[in-house]
Amino acid sequence: MKPLVQTEKLGKYYPRGGGLFTRGTFTRAVDGVDLTVGTGETVGLVGESGSGKSTLGRLILRLVEPSFGRVTFDGHEITSLSARELQPLRRRMQIIFQDPYSSLNPRMTVRDILAEPLRIHKLTARGSEEEGRIVELLKRVGMRPEILDRYPHEFSGGQRQRIGIARSLAVQPDFIVCDEPVSALDVSIQAQIVNLLLDLQEELGVAYLFISHDLRVVEHISHRVVVLYAGHVVEEASAERLYRGAVHPYTRTLLAAVPGNEAARRALPVLADATSPARVAEEDGCPYFPRCPSGKVGTCDVTMPEMSAAADDTTHRFACHFPETR
Amino acid sequence: MSSEAPLLSVEGLCVAFRTERGAVRAVDDVSFSIFPGETLGIVGESGCGKSVTALSILRLLPTPPAQIEDGSLHFGGRDLRTLSERELEAVRGDEIAMVFQEPMTSLNPVHTVGAQIVEAIRLHRPDSRREARTRAISLLERVGIRDAATVVDAFPHELSGGMRQRVMIAMALSCEPKLLLADEPTTALDVTIQAQILDLLQSLRRSSHMAILLITHDLSVVEHHTDRVLVMYAGEVVESARVGDLFRRPAHPYTRALLASMPRLGGGKRRTRLPTIEGVVPGLGNLPKGCRFQERCGAVVESCRAERIPLTSFGTVEENRMVRCLRAEELAS
Ligand SMILES: Nc1ncnc2c1ncn2[C@@H]1O[C@H](COP(=O)(O)OP(=O)(O)OP(=O)(O)O)[C@@H](O)[C@H]1O
Ligand SMILES: Nc1ncnc2c1ncn2[C@@H]1O[C@H](COP(=O)(O)OP(=O)(O)OP(=O)(O)O)[C@@H](O)[C@H]1O
Ligand SMILES: [Mg+2]
Ligand SMILES: [Mg+2]
Repeated sequence: MKPLVQTEKLGKYYPRGGGLFTRGTFTRAVDGVDLTVGTGETVGLVGESGSGKSTLGRLILRLVEPSFGRVTFDGHEITSLSARELQPLRRRMQIIFQDPYSSLNPRMTVRDILAEPLRIHKLTARGSEEEGRIVELLKRVGMRPEILDRYPHEFSGGQRQRIGIARSLAVQPDFIVCDEPVSALDVSIQAQIVNLLLDLQEELGVAYLFISHDLRVVEHISHRVVVLYAGHVVEEASAERLYRGAVHPYTRTLLAAVPGNEAARRALPVLADATSPARVAEEDGCPYFPRCPSGKVGTCDVTMPEMSAAADDTTHRFACHFPETR
Repeated sequence: MSSEAPLLSVEGLCVAFRTERGAVRAVDDVSFSIFPGETLGIVGESGCGKSVTALSILRLLPTPPAQIEDGSLHFGGRDLRTLSERELEAVRGDEIAMVFQEPMTSLNPVHTVGAQIVEAIRLHRPDSRREARTRAISLLERVGIRDAATVVDAFPHELSGGMRQRVMIAMALSCEPKLLLADEPTTALDVTIQAQILDLLQSLRRSSHMAILLITHDLSVVEHHTDRVLVMYAGEVVESARVGDLFRRPAHPYTRALLASMPRLGGGKRRTRLPTIEGVVPGLGNLPKGCRFQERCGAVVESCRAERIPLTSFGTVEENRMVRCLRAEELAS
């Protein structure tokens, strides 16, 4: 598969704790991530709340400026492009935002919201062609054309989310960062959106970075899954392999918590309480050490584990000194 | 439970929106009650009126365009519809707290989250600023925020989606409400933290008899964390039952379809189309005569299209269930 999106040592640090006069403390939202998404591929991105998923997605689209590292899209290094140079690539990379409300302009009707990207990128002639395309988009996300003249505040949370999805699809992008695209939706509409994403991929070869905390949906839709912990990739593998044979203790804990996965839960040691870091990692230690049930003092707290590949499958990679056996 | 008086009782609630295209009724004749210490779940397809129902209880919908057209809302013996705005202000956040579906619309972007929680506490409690801050930090810890002593001084835009959602929950719990209205409180959270928060809510309802109205589309949350469930469709209640009874023997065809589309880990073949409920909910502006689910129902017969289907009792008297389907008994057996 041809790589469409590639990040190299990509990172974002946010200064924290009271402005200019406190030096040196940062939230390391994303910390040196190497990630590849192939043409027509779906990469699932999972990890607990605050692990850096949304930040990584936005960095790739350059909606957030990186602190360091590079992003390449279809051969163009976009981290160094000016806003003008970036413009033609913008159509090809879209995002479905996690928070639908704040991402829709409250003063625009649904028709305007969907027409805007078509006009900016001159994709349809105004009039009946544009109208036809808008109606088709709405239909695909399960909404009726009657709503075209309504404003965002007139919709429920799930309806707004679907308007946001329709907008991202309007320009026929090659790559979409889907940030929790179905979390606000009931199961039947979730299924409808998942089916839509699968169909578009089959028809048009769209690639997705699919961010979700719902591991069941991620398993269903992804070719490959990447696990993020505290801004670091800790494990990645094909979906089949990851769900059946994860080796990183964090991934295993994550999978064990999925409802209906009681078998995996019983087999696992109890996770240290998230709110009481009993142990502290040194600056260069593994970020998961404070909570890791199999971390060892002297190794895990002092050295950051390198990414290594499984002996029988080089696409299964993980960063752990003491990986569990498959 | 039925020996006590309900904490909240909603009778025949009807809420409409006036728009340029005429009025639409988003909530149509909805009734339910919640007892102290009870959790009532509301589920239903996107747009069916769950949030509007919850917002109406605290009269938080902007009027116009919204209007409570009919129905009564009683909380602990008081009629919420006739309270003055000032009296209601004293109830909001104190006796009844709400977690909104969209955290960013309810957090103030120019104040730190700590300042907002402190203000919420001090509005209803005589705590000093320092006491309130200590309480804010401990609440943030209880909703699973690591590093709460730092996060308390962060602005909303500096937090991730799931962190904001938990700040909202901490704020809602800050005055130990008697009733919590929680609208999709855990949608942005992974299962581990979701479980931690739902356990926290359970422990509060045990220790202080807090009642909860829990709106969620996550059926496994409903299954494990509610006592009774209300299923809504296109503005109406189509089924109400104890949670065990509902999952054991769903009575309404919509409920059955909903339960059938529940996702499972390792269930089904990967990257294949998932089962959905065919069709689209009718627009509120042009509802069909008769059953609102008729277009999508596999069991529809002529009489389903004739007139509005009444909500009738179903199963044993002991079960105390209601369903809005003419063929429920016949189909569920
Ligand atoms: N603008 C910002 N300023 C400061 N800190 C930020 C900013 N945006 C994000 N962060 C911090 O970066 C970290 C990662 O946030 P991010 O939104 O990427 O998490 P996430 O994995 O998407 O979480 P969630 O599942 O809750 O949405 C968090 O600790 C957050 O507080
Ligand atoms: N201001 C408004 N003007 C007109 N219609 C509105 C307005 N607000 C909500 N509605 C309509 O009322 C109906 C009920 O909305 P509500 O927000 O209660 O849905 P919901 O069940 O909470 O859905 P979701 O699961 O998507 O959050 C929707 O069809 C919506 O379009
Ligand atoms: Mg996020
Ligand atoms: Mg809602």
